[in-house]
Amino acid sequence: MTESTRLQAEAKVGGSVVDLSITINGTDRLVSVEARRTLSDVIRDDLGLTGTHLGCEHGVCGACTVLLDGEPARSCLMFAGQAEGAEITTIEGLAAPDGTLHPIQQAMMEAHGFQLPCSPTIQTRPPRRSARNCPATCVAALGISQSWPVSKLRCA
Amino acid sequence: VIRKDGSVKAAPFTYHRPASLDDALALLAEYGDDAKVLAGGQSLVPLMALRMGKPEHVVDIGAVPGLDQIAVHDDGAVSIGAMVRHEQAKRSPEIARYAPLIRDTMPWVAHRAIRTQGTVVGSIAHADPAAEMPAVVLATGATMVATSTSGRREIAADGFFEGYLDTSLRSDEILTEVVFPAWPTNAVGSMVEVARRHGDYALVGLATKLVIDGDTITDAALSFFGVASTAVRVSVAEETLIGSPANAETFAAVAKIASTELQPPRDIHGTSAYRKHLAATLTVRGLEAAAARIGAAA
Repeated sequence: MTESTRLQAEAKVGGSVVDLSITINGTDRLVSVEARRTLSDVIRDDLGLTGTHLGCEHGVCGACTVLLDGEPARSCLMFAGQAEGAEITTIEGLAAPDGTLHPIQQAMMEAHGFQLPCSPTIQTRPPRRSARNCPATCVAALGISQSWPVSKLRCA
Repeated sequence: VIRKDGSVKAAPFTYHRPASLDDALALLAEYGDDAKVLAGGQSLVPLMALRMGKPEHVVDIGAVPGLDQIAVHDDGAVSIGAMVRHEQAKRSPEIARYAPLIRDTMPWVAHRAIRTQGTVVGSIAHADPAAEMPAVVLATGATMVATSTSGRREIAADGFFEGYLDTSLRSDEILTEVVFPAWPTNAVGSMVEVARRHGDYALVGLATKLVIDGDTITDAALSFFGVASTAVRVSVAEETLIGSPANAETFAAVAKIASTELQPPRDIHGTSAYRKHLAATLTVRGLEAAAARIGAAA
């Protein structure tokens, strides 16, 4: 289904379409999306940035965490329109433009930080105490509590 | 609609993002029961995704100017506007100084990333019986300010929460502000809870406020959450505290009374008996935490 037929279909079932203007990883983007799409849908499906993951889709697991105007936020718990005008950073925007990794990414690599559904977003919001709190309550994080604190220490 | 990958999306709705309070109130006056007010969305978005709520109209008040204010009144009362985020309240020097119970409560509310978006007043309007802020409203005797096209209406704490996710707000009203009365200079408080993981909704929680004169408790609020269809104060336990010394003996007796009075529901997370046990434990813990502050700055 093309985007225009998709949006027409939405109007037919009574749903709004919103024109959303956001800055994502430093680039200004304008997208038309169904109002019931979450910010995470927009990031993944409309903007093609699939580093932001979806786990539970109700705010518990933390896999969808992005930086919203510099503050961590659950992209699955926001309707698209709520992000109007916001500056968003995803995992794809964490490294420097020349490819130099963010210190957290570098530490993750050096300490063999495991690849998990929440790994990309853990790097946008590193845990303060240990992986047991990270990024919220993701059960998978319990299994990596041996290696993640090391990653954390290296970037401190 | 369940997508191929199993995830669920909200039902279609008409989205409104009014740029003024008047516009927002006009929308609610027009659509009433078919509309839902969206503030931070940390409860409403997942409820709609699970299709437990299917409003035809969503009125997003995120672009309405002036709702994100924390104001301290001349008498020391603190007003929190409808779009004040939990994290904003957590960092506010005014809250820290004038509303110590809210200060102590914020770290318990959900997770850091949810506090970025979630609002203090939205949590009160949502009225989840296991959430912290409704219990703080009851413990402090806060006043809810509801605004509609016909004006402002003040609702007292004891007349606001009516049941599970249910309040006395009308469908054409926005809870624009909650006013917490001045915290007495001789009052101490605490927030304690037990949840399976930090940031989850509480299995049982307790907001405590004690007013102390010398060694004697002269006023008390014990406001439990997670134990009934709304947050609840246990007046028999509070009456026992009043006139008693703030010591371990008093606290143990009161814990027994509170645990006996409460009839918490059982669910997948815990039996009623377990919740009663937690209520007793938390009563002692909460009272001790409050009493530890006697003589110190709030």
